[in-house]
Amino acid sequence: MNGIGTSRDRRGRWLWIALAAPGAVWLIVLFVVPFYAMLAVAGGGINSFFETAVPTWNPLQWSSANLSVVWQDIAGTGAYLGAPALRTLLYTAAATIISLAIAYPVAYFVSRYAGRRKALMLVLLIAPFWVSYMMRMLAWIDLLQQGGFVNSALSFVGLSGSTDWLGGKSVTVIFGLVYGYIPYLILVLYAGLDRIDGSLLEAARDLGLGRWRTFWRVTVPLSKPTIIAGTFITVLPMLGDYFTNQLLSAAPGTTMIGNAIEGQLQSAGETGQGAVVSLMLLVVLLIPMTYYALSTARASREFA
Amino acid sequence: MAGATSEVLSAVPGGASSARRRRRRGNPWRRPWALEGFTWLYIVWSIVPVAIAVLFSFNNGASQSTWQGFSTKWYVGNSVQSVLHNPSLHQAVVQTLKLSILTTLITVPLGIGFAIGIDRWRGRTSSSLNMVMIFSFVVPELLLAVALFLLVTQLLKFLTLGTTAEVAGLVVWNFSWPAIIVRARLVTIGKTYEEAATDLGASRLSAIRRVLLPMLMPAIFASAVLVFASTVDDFVIVEQLSSTAATQPMSVLIYSNVHGGLQGPALNALATIMLFFSLAVALVGFVAYRWMTRGERSQGATQALTGIAGI
Repeated sequence: MNGIGTSRDRRGRWLWIALAAPGAVWLIVLFVVPFYAMLAVAGGGINSFFETAVPTWNPLQWSSANLSVVWQDIAGTGAYLGAPALRTLLYTAAATIISLAIAYPVAYFVSRYAGRRKALMLVLLIAPFWVSYMMRMLAWIDLLQQGGFVNSALSFVGLSGSTDWLGGKSVTVIFGLVYGYIPYLILVLYAGLDRIDGSLLEAARDLGLGRWRTFWRVTVPLSKPTIIAGTFITVLPMLGDYFTNQLLSAAPGTTMIGNAIEGQLQSAGETGQGAVVSLMLLVVLLIPMTYYALSTARASREFA
Repeated sequence: MAGATSEVLSAVPGGASSARRRRRRGNPWRRPWALEGFTWLYIVWSIVPVAIAVLFSFNNGASQSTWQGFSTKWYVGNSVQSVLHNPSLHQAVVQTLKLSILTTLITVPLGIGFAIGIDRWRGRTSSSLNMVMIFSFVVPELLLAVALFLLVTQLLKFLTLGTTAEVAGLVVWNFSWPAIIVRARLVTIGKTYEEAATDLGASRLSAIRRVLLPMLMPAIFASAVLVFASTVDDFVIVEQLSSTAATQPMSVLIYSNVHGGLQGPALNALATIMLFFSLAVALVGFVAYRWMTRGERSQGATQALTGIAGI
């Protein structure tokens, strides 16, 4: 009996491997290998005649030529990468804090107090998720242009109505980042806050805590994992964003690290440097990515 | 997302906060008006600009901020600049549809097989593969796009830039949707039904085909909707992997024309068509998902959503 069971399991195992194989191959060839190609280009050289990248596939022969060029761009004279890197950090931090300040109250209200309107509000919160990013940016480009509604509204209330919002303002880029990524943050916060057991809050009230202290000492600590997950879900894409600021500013004074990478990839002879900068960004993001991946894996195990 | 909406709609409690009035000062169940006002303001802020952009795609003039009467000239009327007549706008719509359909057709079956295989084939290899899949979900899109660009231009040169490379990249970027959602559903289903089928004489394969797959249908459908909609939206991967103007979908065309080139309400019209595709798919998905899960109290999609969110 036991023997039959094992042989059936073994045959079953081959079935599972066969089912997983096509997807696994696709993932390895088009997700793992590409990052190896990135390493090979970063550690490779340049064909000085055609100014094209020459990848080095053997790790033992990797050169540090591209790395030292990038290092000069960061720390040497005429360095131009430091400013975009710093700006990326500042913009991302500002946009994340503003997003949390808006998203948390909204998610909190909908999860706890929306009552009969909850379904309607949820549909409205999910709606922007289905509107493409380009459409939402285009909408603001319409509103923020010189003769647009924002300036008309400002001059209507007596303020200066001639601000060039799209002419390279950090404020506009941070605003765009908030507007672009906040729908994801709200959904994550909602899902987390909605799962907080209401009886814990009632217990806190029964034990004499006021409304604010219940919020600060029970709800906020219980939602901490959700806040962390939500922060990652907005920070990771913001750090690699180049299009928001290209659309809403396109000025050199607001470039982010994503724009630097894009620029290097598109100019002749700088492909290797683009690969080095991408790898640096990847190394910095490896810690939050790993944390996020592990917590996702843990969450999917807990369903069982 | 469609699945999530339906779960959420059916999970609304019957106004639990409404009833109990307390005589004490500082009634703890009073409505927080300020918070409610803030929430509505957010909703208006998130939706009204898009509604205005849709409205101006029907403007009978070239302005995106001064209303000059209703017209469909930017869709069909104008013989040079309308979506119907301008070759590059027209081309972009076709390319978006092509990419979305091809990507969905490849990604969903690959993801289903991967989810079932990984869930049942327990071992070190399968959990490493699972981690690779989750990393493909959390990696910033720009980094994946750059890596794919280097792969396609330096190593696998037969995947030429253009539609082939775009589809290859979009499949890997969207792969985690079906893989995570179908897996979450698999875990809630458990192995019981399948074992019952094999005990009654079905082979493993036919147990999967005739018992498991029908039960997985809502999850498969929800992930197909998500893959399709997110491919319609996709920008970074297709921008890096497209070659000529002929392989640029709507998102890339809008991006490259905002500052110069084709301007005016024609771009709004193009964006509105994109919106229409996404909403149509969402609506079909929502209705079909509700129909498939009728009479069921499962939490599959909500769990999938929160699992994806990593909480």
